[in-house]
Amino acid sequence: MKVYDSAEQALSCVASGQTIMVGGFGLVGGPLTLIDALVELDVNNLTIISNNLGEQGKGLGKLLEQKKVKKAVGSYFTGNRDVGEAFQRGEIAIDLLPQGTLAESIRAGGAGIGGYYTKTSVGTDLAKGKETKIIDGEEYVFEKALKADVAIIRAHKADQLGNLVYYKTARNFNPLMATAAKVVIVEVDEIVAAGELASDAIITPHLFVDRVVIAKKVLTKEGVVEHG
Amino acid sequence: MASTIQELIAKRAAKEVQDGQMINLGIGIPTLVAKYVDNDNVYFHTENGMLGVIGVNEEDIDPNVVNAGKIPVGEAIGSSFFDSAQSFGMIRGGHVDVAILGVLQVDEQARIANWAVPGKNIIGVGGAMDLLIGAQKVIVTMTHTAKNGKSKILKDCTYPITSTRSVDTIITELAVFNYVNGQLHLVELMPEATLAQVEANTEAHFVNALEQEGHA
Repeated sequence: MKVYDSAEQALSCVASGQTIMVGGFGLVGGPLTLIDALVELDVNNLTIISNNLGEQGKGLGKLLEQKKVKKAVGSYFTGNRDVGEAFQRGEIAIDLLPQGTLAESIRAGGAGIGGYYTKTSVGTDLAKGKETKIIDGEEYVFEKALKADVAIIRAHKADQLGNLVYYKTARNFNPLMATAAKVVIVEVDEIVAAGELASDAIITPHLFVDRVVIAKKVLTKEGVVEHG
Repeated sequence: MASTIQELIAKRAAKEVQDGQMINLGIGIPTLVAKYVDNDNVYFHTENGMLGVIGVNEEDIDPNVVNAGKIPVGEAIGSSFFDSAQSFGMIRGGHVDVAILGVLQVDEQARIANWAVPGKNIIGVGGAMDLLIGAQKVIVTMTHTAKNGKSKILKDCTYPITSTRSVDTIITELAVFNYVNGQLHLVELMPEATLAQVEANTEAHFVNALEQEGHA
């Protein structure tokens, strides 16, 4: 693991055409500093795997506005009308997945599983075109695992090895994405010495983590605040 | 006191909650149910990764502790946090006893539609499909009719269904239905509602089970 001075430097590995996982459930647990830096990069044709795609003109929504997104994979684009409109105009492809399927596909991707069968979405429009299988008398749908070139995620603290702990409901998709990408970039509130995080409290062991930066944009009660 | 239709429905839904249950509340009316549950041995789960959700006072709000509707919530004694895969494992794995959900439509087989409206550029499903296949019991809380006055309890859903699974109980401002033996059963009239009102506002066929269950 390497600590970077800025989000821009940490994102130096991002290139056009890549698949990028972005953690967070809306703003909660989203890597807000890295997202803002990602939006500034001169890259395009990205596939974004994230529960949401920001809001209109905000966060990942900016990436869409700049026409840098080729495909979005997620569960809930309802909060950003631009997603539906870009889709109608044929500007982006969308893979809409049930939220549990999105999470499990990422988990599978990180754990060396090619795909799996789930009952979720059986008999609905979201199962159209997908292989089904009867297991013990019940119908299941095949879902492929998800993997990415880069994951940008948010954790609470990292130690100098890259071990991560998360904060309350800001955990969500972050530890899953940490396992499923070739390069994992994390923003944290604080970097502490190795040994300072209780070993049995570590959620993401450091072998998953490549790059760490300190968060400059933080979600507070008053909204997103930028500091230092 | 239930002062609005939403509160009335939520208050009635709270009566379905039983001691010791793990409960997932959807967005909208379901969120209101928690405050009418007078039992400390009931645990609220939210799919974004928390068990032990309670209400929170304005001054105690932590922006990083929210429910699936991204509304700030509080932490019960003994609450826990987990990632999204584990959270949906709890749901799909049958470990959540009850899901209380809002819907757009429900059909005669108690199948619901609550994730998509044809022709609208809103693309999202969230955790709805997972909850439908996983929760042991599904309770729907909804207004009986849409804003245009049309019944939301239909012969067939005109919107895409969320699951082939039938829900167990439907609670509206007019009535309570249970789905039993492949048919909707009207089991209770809400305060001030009449059977004639329920009949006039329900497109789906239902069995009048009021007398049999002693509610008439």
